[in-house]
Amino acid sequence: MLGYLIRSVLQALMVMLAVAFIAFSMFRYVGDPVASIVGQDATLKDRQELADSLGLNDPMLLQFGRFIGNAAQGDFGISYRQGRPVAALLRERLPATIELAVISGAIALIFGLGLGIYTALRREGIAANIVMSLSLIGVSLPTFLIGIGLIYIFGVTLRWLPTFGRGETVAFGWWTTGLLTESGRKSLVLPVITLAFFQLTLIMRLVRSEMLEVMRADYIRFARARGLTDGSINFRHALKNTMIPVVTITGLQLGSIVAFALVTETVFNWPGLGALFVKSVEVVDIPVMGAYLMFVGMIFVIVNLIVDMLYFLIDPRLRTGAKSQGR
Amino acid sequence: MTDIPRPTFSQRLNDSDLWLSFKATPVAMVAACVTVFIFLLALFAPLISPQNAFDPAALNLMDGFTHPMERGIGSNMLFALGSDAQGRDMLSALFYGTRVSLLVGFCSVAFSMTLGISLGLIAGYVGGRTELIIMRIADIQLSFPAILIALLVFGVARGLIPPNQHETTALFVIIFAIGLSHWAQYARTVRASAMVERNKDYVHAARLIGIRGLPIMAKHILPNVMGPVLVISTINLALAVIEEATLSFFGVGMPVTQPSLGTLIRFGQQFLVSGEWWILFFPALTIVILGLAINLLGDWLRDAMNPKLR
Repeated sequence: MLGYLIRSVLQALMVMLAVAFIAFSMFRYVGDPVASIVGQDATLKDRQELADSLGLNDPMLLQFGRFIGNAAQGDFGISYRQGRPVAALLRERLPATIELAVISGAIALIFGLGLGIYTALRREGIAANIVMSLSLIGVSLPTFLIGIGLIYIFGVTLRWLPTFGRGETVAFGWWTTGLLTESGRKSLVLPVITLAFFQLTLIMRLVRSEMLEVMRADYIRFARARGLTDGSINFRHALKNTMIPVVTITGLQLGSIVAFALVTETVFNWPGLGALFVKSVEVVDIPVMGAYLMFVGMIFVIVNLIVDMLYFLIDPRLRTGAKSQGR
Repeated sequence: MTDIPRPTFSQRLNDSDLWLSFKATPVAMVAACVTVFIFLLALFAPLISPQNAFDPAALNLMDGFTHPMERGIGSNMLFALGSDAQGRDMLSALFYGTRVSLLVGFCSVAFSMTLGISLGLIAGYVGGRTELIIMRIADIQLSFPAILIALLVFGVARGLIPPNQHETTALFVIIFAIGLSHWAQYARTVRASAMVERNKDYVHAARLIGIRGLPIMAKHILPNVMGPVLVISTINLALAVIEEATLSFFGVGMPVTQPSLGTLIRFGQQFLVSGEWWILFFPALTIVILGLAINLLGDWLRDAMNPKLR
């Protein structure tokens, strides 16, 4: 167990280092850092001095080390376009993204699991078939079109819900939340549905196919022969064994929640990290792009670590296997 | 030894399992017809469009916001799908936009396929440290969403290309960005197949008679790993078209002078609130139909080529 843990952490660190290196090379070699700070009127001597003071003439490895040191302390440089520290920009927008991602992730997980189990157990049912056909549309419709469709129906035609921004927010220190005001809660509805929809259909289809596979296994037939109740068979025997692939894919899905948050935030003008990143690509704001990349990389690495740990909790076979190797 | 006559192409096609399965699957046939129809519209866009959608001089401002199936005030031309703010015929814009979207789709699939197959073959055939490095990069890339990588590549390319060339290079940059975000899947699949093929007798025999690594990879192993590659390419074509639409919708894809379906949707979104729904609706519908048709085709192809399901 300990060896496995250490290996996972080491691997995570390597990935993080690789991502940091990409961010560093972007920052250092795309465009000219000096020119983007001093503008065009600076003399050659001024530029030279600035380059020296920024350490741009030091060996590459030393610069990379300094970049990592700064990043670890939360210093990602200054945005080319907005002239403010990148870290402050990120912190300002982090709560909006986290709120959106966590709520829609939870909804996708709960409904995805529920509908997946339902459609697997009632395979021939009319309701199950309707849900399955709807999910096919969910998989092949681009997210931004779902968002626009919702805006048109609930925002433009029915005028029930706001279609852009977060509404009123309440601040706690640097954290802001829209959950405590009515306009904030209303503003959350459409973006959350948009973001949750794709994840939901994916999780649902996965749970369904895994569940169908397990239901065919011999031990399920034995359990039925032994006279166990349906509830016990479905939930204690079948569901438990479908959980491993579901946990893996759901964990990796968190990465795609970040991606679809990009789309959702842009469609709904949601003041989160994704919209900031898209804007920074449009105007080539390299420090913001690099910092966002590192942020996403960090989230992905942490989630992967958690997924690895979860295996041990869910699958007793892995635990015993690790022990016998340890001896 | 008697010579066995080589079967003609039509004979081989008629006898193949794939064709039989195709004829037995109505969904696949409908999807294929729809896909081919849209491809033809895109291919012949300049010939069948009522108007050159890329030429600002052909537009009449008086025709702006003509409703679908009405005649414009300025030119008295019939606008089957309506017109946008500049009086551009949406039907023509749709044909041309589909053309741009499919061009980007095909080119980026070809690019990622070439890159992925080459790296996958090298990894699977050479093995060792080379394999480790290639597959590690593929692993890391696969765990990041494709759209994020495409955006990143696009942003970096923008930073490297001088601003006055952004519009002319947009097409190539976007093909490069989307292509680079999809290669890892090919590399993984091809590597897995190449590792199996590497240890088969025909490869050993080829090596024994002195054929070098590169010809063995290209001529002997490659044809045997093409099946799964074809399936991935079909599904990736749908993904690439949607990815391009998303990028263009963000405003970081094709410029307004050369609109793709995504650019048209971005354009149409601002008129949605004021009631001009058709500017957004028809490009969106085209993307959905195209995506669905190619996806269904890909699903059928995957099942038909899977020996387990036969």
